[in-house]
Amino acid sequence: MVQYLVKRLLGLIPTLLLVGLLVFLFVHLLPGDPARLAAGPEATAETVALVRQDLGLDQPLPRQFVRFALGALHGDFGRSVRTKRPVSTEIAERFWPTFWLTLAAMAWSVTIGMAIGVASAVWRNQWPDRLGMTLAVSGISFPAFALGMVLMQIFSVELGWLPTVGADTWRHYILPSVTLGAAVAAIMARFTRSSFVDILKEDYVRTARAKGLAESIVVVKHGLRNALIPVVTMMGLQFGFLLGGSIVVEVVFNWPGMGRLLVDAVDMRDYPVIQGLVLLFSLEFVLINLIVDVLYAVINPAIRYR
Amino acid sequence: MTTATAAAIALPPEVRTPWTEFWRKFKKQRVAVLAGCFVALLVALAIVAPWIVPYDAENYFDYDSINAAPSLQHWFGVDPLGRDILSRILMGSRISLTAGFVSVAVGAVVGTSLGLVAGYYEALWDRIIMRVCDVLFAFPGILLAIGIVAILGGGMVNVIIAVAIFSIPTFARLVRGNTLALKHLTFVEAARSIGASDWTIVTRHIFPGTIPAVVVYFSLRIGTSIITAASLSFIGMGAQPPTPEWGAMLNEARADMMTAPHVALFPSLAIFLTVLAFNLLGDGLRDALDPKLERQ
Repeated sequence: MVQYLVKRLLGLIPTLLLVGLLVFLFVHLLPGDPARLAAGPEATAETVALVRQDLGLDQPLPRQFVRFALGALHGDFGRSVRTKRPVSTEIAERFWPTFWLTLAAMAWSVTIGMAIGVASAVWRNQWPDRLGMTLAVSGISFPAFALGMVLMQIFSVELGWLPTVGADTWRHYILPSVTLGAAVAAIMARFTRSSFVDILKEDYVRTARAKGLAESIVVVKHGLRNALIPVVTMMGLQFGFLLGGSIVVEVVFNWPGMGRLLVDAVDMRDYPVIQGLVLLFSLEFVLINLIVDVLYAVINPAIRYR
Repeated sequence: MTTATAAAIALPPEVRTPWTEFWRKFKKQRVAVLAGCFVALLVALAIVAPWIVPYDAENYFDYDSINAAPSLQHWFGVDPLGRDILSRILMGSRISLTAGFVSVAVGAVVGTSLGLVAGYYEALWDRIIMRVCDVLFAFPGILLAIGIVAILGGGMVNVIIAVAIFSIPTFARLVRGNTLALKHLTFVEAARSIGASDWTIVTRHIFPGTIPAVVVYFSLRIGTSIITAASLSFIGMGAQPPTPEWGAMLNEARADMMTAPHVALFPSLAIFLTVLAFNLLGDGLRDALDPKLERQ
């Protein structure tokens, strides 16, 4: 197990280096002079030269990359062009609202999605299946931003039950997390259903039924545990989807998270903030996938010895 | 469709081509056939939109009926600037369908080529191509698009490029997997033993085997791409006002949600029904072409 973990962690290094390189090159791919961008449009030629020296932009590219990578390892991404505060501080303030929002969305969508998937598989081709799969295909077809606007119109404006924007109490989390999780719940439902349908055809399920076990025990004990293996992998992939989706949902609900920070940063051409956020989002995604793979190895010992 | 029917008539009934097999399975799925017809209707409407719109989508302003609800003059109502919503939805269908189709087509062509090379030659090519795909996969979907838009600037063309780039790794992985499985089969070995070149083996013997999976993903990816393109316009990085792009229209509708919710309703419905049709069509194609493909 430890060996597997070490192998996986080492395997991450080249991917992370390449991601880092791309994010580093990002500023150099932009049209225009990065030093001019950082100094601002009104700066004099001397100021630009000073900024260039200060940011190390006068050094050769490989040395600049080493400097960038070492800074990133220490959590130093430079300063925001807009607020002049360190990028790490800007991001730290926005990290938790996004983290909790994604977690809340993940929790409900996996629970509900799997429940719908299991119900659809057990009552295959009957009304619960039809209803569940209709909901699911609608869920993947309805864009999150439109769903957010509809939910806000109904529950906040017309009914007045829930707050519209902000992230102060748990009530603020309900609508954004429902919006964010809807597509994931739909994908989980479809995936769980197909994996469960296959498992219910297995010999051991027939054996369990043949020895007279109650159907509920067959489904939960023999079916669910084995169906979990592919479902866990799917969960990891969906986390990336949630991280991306949070960007749009945060705009709809004016959520004080990293997604809105990113959109504002792109609007303002605040490149250090964009760099930091893109790197953080990708790091999070890669780490979550690693955790999922490890979980997968815990559930399914056959994987470890490949 | 016509080719399939023509083939069925021309051939004696006992001959089964892949086309007739596909059509036999596909036409049993009424929902998917219906979705296919809906997609065809949408494409037709998008093509003729400039000639059938009741009003100019961008430059017609009816200041007397600002935010008016649907009526006989304006079937889908009027937006806060006095523009006819039906006309804007119809013109917007051209943008969304083009964005969805072009971006996935580019992604599919590039991804399929890379997947064929990686799967057929393996070794170094495989390692390089799959490493690049890993890196592209390390950015959660829309984030990559936002990064690309931040470099290239906003606008629909850049959105299409961005969405195309993140479609590439999906197709590359899919086709690589299929190629690895196909290249050890007897018919490929037979082709090699009679001295067929690598080019012939890949294009004539392996590529056709990957088509079913590519077609299924193509349809499912169009739905995703339309949503991504609309999302980018919604957050202000894609089509800019007054362009009647559906996501941009929804963003413009936000300010007047309290007084005129119908302004947001119709673009939402347009995106939903279009994407739903592509997804249902994709599901049907999968069941008819390759039932073993995983449901996503």
